[in-house]
Amino acid sequence: MSDFIDAFNTALGLIVTLNPDLVEILVLSLKVSLFAVAIASVLGFAIGGALAVYNFPGRGAVSAVLSALMGLPPVVAGLFVYLLLSNVGPLGVLQLLYTPTAMIIAQVVLVTPIIGALTRQACRDLLEEYDEQLRSLGASSSAIVVTLLWDGRYRLITAVLAGFGRAIAEVGAVMIVGGNIDHVTRTMTTAIALETSKGNIALALALGIVLLTIALAVNAALMWVQRFAQRFAYA
Amino acid sequence: MTTLWRRRNALGLILGALLIVAAPAGIEAEDNFIIVQSTTSTQNSGLFDHILPKFTEKTGIEVRIVAVGTGQALKNARNGDGDVVLVHAKPDEEKFVADGWGVKRHDVMYNDFVIVGPAADPAEIAGLKDADEAFKKIADAKAPFASRGDDSGTHKAELKLWEDAGVDAKSASGDWYLETGSGMGATLNTAVGKHAYTLTDRGTWLSFANKSDFKVLVEGDPKLFNQYGVILVNPKKHANVKAKEGQAFVDWLISKDGQAAIASYTIDGQQLFFPNAPRGS
Amino acid sequence: MLDPTIPLDGRGASLLANPPLPVELKGLSFEAGGKRVLDGVDLTIDTRGITAIMGPNGAGKSVLLRLMHGLIAPTSGEILWAGRRMDRTLARRQAMVFQRPVLLRRTAAANIWHALGLKGIVRSERSIRVGDALKLAGLESHAATPARVLSGGEQQRLCLARALSLEPDVLFLDEPTASLDPASTLAIERLLLDAQRRGIKVIIVTHDVGQARRLAQDVIFLHHGRVIEHQDADTFFECPQSEGARAFMRGGIVL
Repeated sequence: MSDFIDAFNTALGLIVTLNPDLVEILVLSLKVSLFAVAIASVLGFAIGGALAVYNFPGRGAVSAVLSALMGLPPVVAGLFVYLLLSNVGPLGVLQLLYTPTAMIIAQVVLVTPIIGALTRQACRDLLEEYDEQLRSLGASSSAIVVTLLWDGRYRLITAVLAGFGRAIAEVGAVMIVGGNIDHVTRTMTTAIALETSKGNIALALALGIVLLTIALAVNAALMWVQRFAQRFAYA
Repeated sequence: MTTLWRRRNALGLILGALLIVAAPAGIEAEDNFIIVQSTTSTQNSGLFDHILPKFTEKTGIEVRIVAVGTGQALKNARNGDGDVVLVHAKPDEEKFVADGWGVKRHDVMYNDFVIVGPAADPAEIAGLKDADEAFKKIADAKAPFASRGDDSGTHKAELKLWEDAGVDAKSASGDWYLETGSGMGATLNTAVGKHAYTLTDRGTWLSFANKSDFKVLVEGDPKLFNQYGVILVNPKKHANVKAKEGQAFVDWLISKDGQAAIASYTIDGQQLFFPNAPRGS
Repeated sequence: MLDPTIPLDGRGASLLANPPLPVELKGLSFEAGGKRVLDGVDLTIDTRGITAIMGPNGAGKSVLLRLMHGLIAPTSGEILWAGRRMDRTLARRQAMVFQRPVLLRRTAAANIWHALGLKGIVRSERSIRVGDALKLAGLESHAATPARVLSGGEQQRLCLARALSLEPDVLFLDEPTASLDPASTLAIERLLLDAQRRGIKVIIVTHDVGQARRLAQDVIFLHHGRVIEHQDADTFFECPQSEGARAFMRGGIVL
């Protein structure tokens, strides 16, 4: 037990003194996940909005698949992207394996269904109320999608925060496609896995505390956004 | 209207800022680097942190280590997902070259394996000079044993010892024989947690920080000798292999400088790896 | 708050609207879920005044309105506006206000701005129309208020102002004041009368007999998906021809 207390104190020390290794890992994690979520948001909003508004044969099946992909295990996403990017894979010519770009791609694969499915649901709910009025005003389908996306912005922010929470906390995808290379593709989660396996509990704990703090901050932001939105009736 | 525009602009600014911050992550600069497929035990020992900066200083080439099990390292190299492979499984390495995937195999260094276990030592193997005898005693006592179980060099060495001891350990998998399917560090964690014996390379053991009451119980048997080899991935098989830089790394490892760097790596005054590239390389 | 005692004028010389009348419904039927909601409606509306559509619940009034506005397609029959078949272009010259106000999650002004944007009105013109619409509805002080925070009466006034800002030829309303307080109802009615004076053809579904009396030039009485009576208002209220209409006016339940 005293080992853990020592490790804990060392961990706090690492955080407070902004240990350079820790900071480097933290910055890379944020870069990868933020960039991935930004891309996934653009894709997710478009897919979700389109699925909600445009009617086409097979729409129900696509929506069901999208929802199911929300539960895609990160390792599976990582494996899939690894097979694509490996030198002998279809996109091998891009030489992207073991780079932060590969990690971003893997996280985009992971997060887009989350944002897409939540966006679709938000737009469906809004459409129930707005459909007749918008058609009465002469809105085209694409205009309706844009209107719904803006009007549902608070729910979309929630979806984005949920997506980010998933990205920053996963280890399976980034481990497989990134290779956990020191100073290049080592993120908080892969570093925690590595340092724990080396018995370096102090550094692992420090990273864990930072990760937990980020997760809590994201959840706090989520609650704040929802409360703010309700106060102004989503204005 | 103005509120709407202000909000739209704010959102645009935030998105822009995010992209600017994150962009460098996406930009792959024309870095001078090679990818070396190596093993977790080698990485966990800390050897690379010690010797690689010396190589980079001399040549300006950055070395990126992907640490996986030996089996996976060789498979990755076969796919061309690496420029150099540095593992410790000589028969597999020679097959790798014979099959045309590697250019030439060079001896680099050796370290040794040791059998570690709880201070209580239920199988009473402490001090034995014969590794297979120790393994046989563990099997007879049905004492818990943690295996890498991951097709790595360490795992292959362990399997050879079971074979020499005449024991079919696999049949007891899940019983007293625990296959973790993990790297050396994770396996050590499991061994300590389960009071199980395990075979580990000395390097990883020395730098492992969670030893609890475990000790080195068996060492010194020549059968525990662990030879490392380095091979340049064949550029004729995969055009993307950085042959020039990869060869520079291979050459350096077996050169006087590289060998000296390896020898100079110690933990608590103990040397972990013993360079043995043929003289005149 | 719109002061009902101040006469509505001073809106400048806006051009009079020119609705494509008469509107003819021929053999119009609508079926949904196996039920025949409208059953062979034959109707011609050619008055410039306000037309009220009345009838008991389930008579098919809302469906009739939506068919005329092109929101749903008839199962059989056709709708002709000045001899021209109902299509998207005609629908774009119309507007509709629903029973419950439908407003976007933005400010009052932004809601009108958005609707004008959909119509393709240029920005400079949009500013003018938004200002006019808010003034007309007596909501200038609420321009920057989140629309959904407004009271029910204010929201419905906003919806009506939004519809009018589009300068439609025809304005449909589906029981717009059903759940509003008397002051709001009065304000809405004044806006409708003003709209009619400017040439807009107003067709309103209403349950409120008093409202129909106040507004309508002619009345259509619907029951079980059929037109039972179509009369000018005075005659209808004085002496309804059908038994159903008479019972309705008496305040009884019409089965």
